[in-house]
Amino acid sequence: MTIGLGHYLTLAAVLFTIGIFGIFLNRKNVIVILMSIELILLAVNINLIAFSAFLGDLVGQVFALLVLTVAAGEAAIGLAIVVVYFRNRGSIAVEDINLMKG
Amino acid sequence: MAATAFFFYLFAAVAVASAVMVITSRNPVHSVLYLILCFFNGAGLFILLGAEFLAMILVVVYVGAVMVLFLFVVMMLDVDFAELRQGMLNYLPVGGTVGLILLLELVLALGTWVISPEAGLLAAAPAPPLSSLTNTEALGQILYTRYVYFFQVAGLILLVAMIGAIVLTLRHKQGVKRQDIATQVARRPQTAIEIRKVRPGQGI
Repeated sequence: MTIGLGHYLTLAAVLFTIGIFGIFLNRKNVIVILMSIELILLAVNINLIAFSAFLGDLVGQVFALLVLTVAAGEAAIGLAIVVVYFRNRGSIAVEDINLMKG
Repeated sequence: MAATAFFFYLFAAVAVASAVMVITSRNPVHSVLYLILCFFNGAGLFILLGAEFLAMILVVVYVGAVMVLFLFVVMMLDVDFAELRQGMLNYLPVGGTVGLILLLELVLALGTWVISPEAGLLAAAPAPPLSSLTNTEALGQILYTRYVYFFQVAGLILLVAMIGAIVLTLRHKQGVKRQDIATQVARRPQTAIEIRKVRPGQGI
């Protein structure tokens, strides 16, 4: 049997759903939430590259490269904020993060 | 063909299983390690799709840099993770409902969707055949010419992220003696020493 575009899209959909589910499941732990976001971005990258491969268009891979860049920057900034917050408050529970009264 | 199918199912199964372990494991260090496994399998899938350059970038940038950063932060912060896990089962129904609905919608959207036959003709940058150009060369040839501004913006984003992370985490400790070169250079004999006349036999 041949592996088609549908297989890759299904896998990406499952990974995306697991990422969303992870955000709900670990609502208190901001580090696992960041990891779930990385999972979601991996699913998006699989989609982009699958379309790029099956349609024979390289732009999808350029776009995936840019998504990877933004994801790396997002992880660095997010972890920096977590470290600063932990240094100031001694906790990273999401419920305690209410300094800005949001 | 059979080998491709075998490796697709292998990589896909391990990726999904490790993704589930990422969100359910008790220890965040284990979560990070499972995420690394998931990214390795993602890189395997990219290679199956013929995107070798992005597969290598995924391993080098994600596993080599971002995940090590995660691991570093998880191990550096002294957080009681058992406390953070309390009430996890309360969120299970809501999260499960939302996840199931989302998955159903995605599957329904996928089921009724077909590629238009003319889609292949609309390619903005048709991929050259592998016999003439490798994936990395082909990607470089369009990344550095037609998409050079996007490339520059990506570099700028990384620079801003780097400066932002440094500014956020840098701190000046109070009460630490530091060398101040400007003050040292500006010192004059008049401010540094005091000359006193000492009479013989009297002392100061």
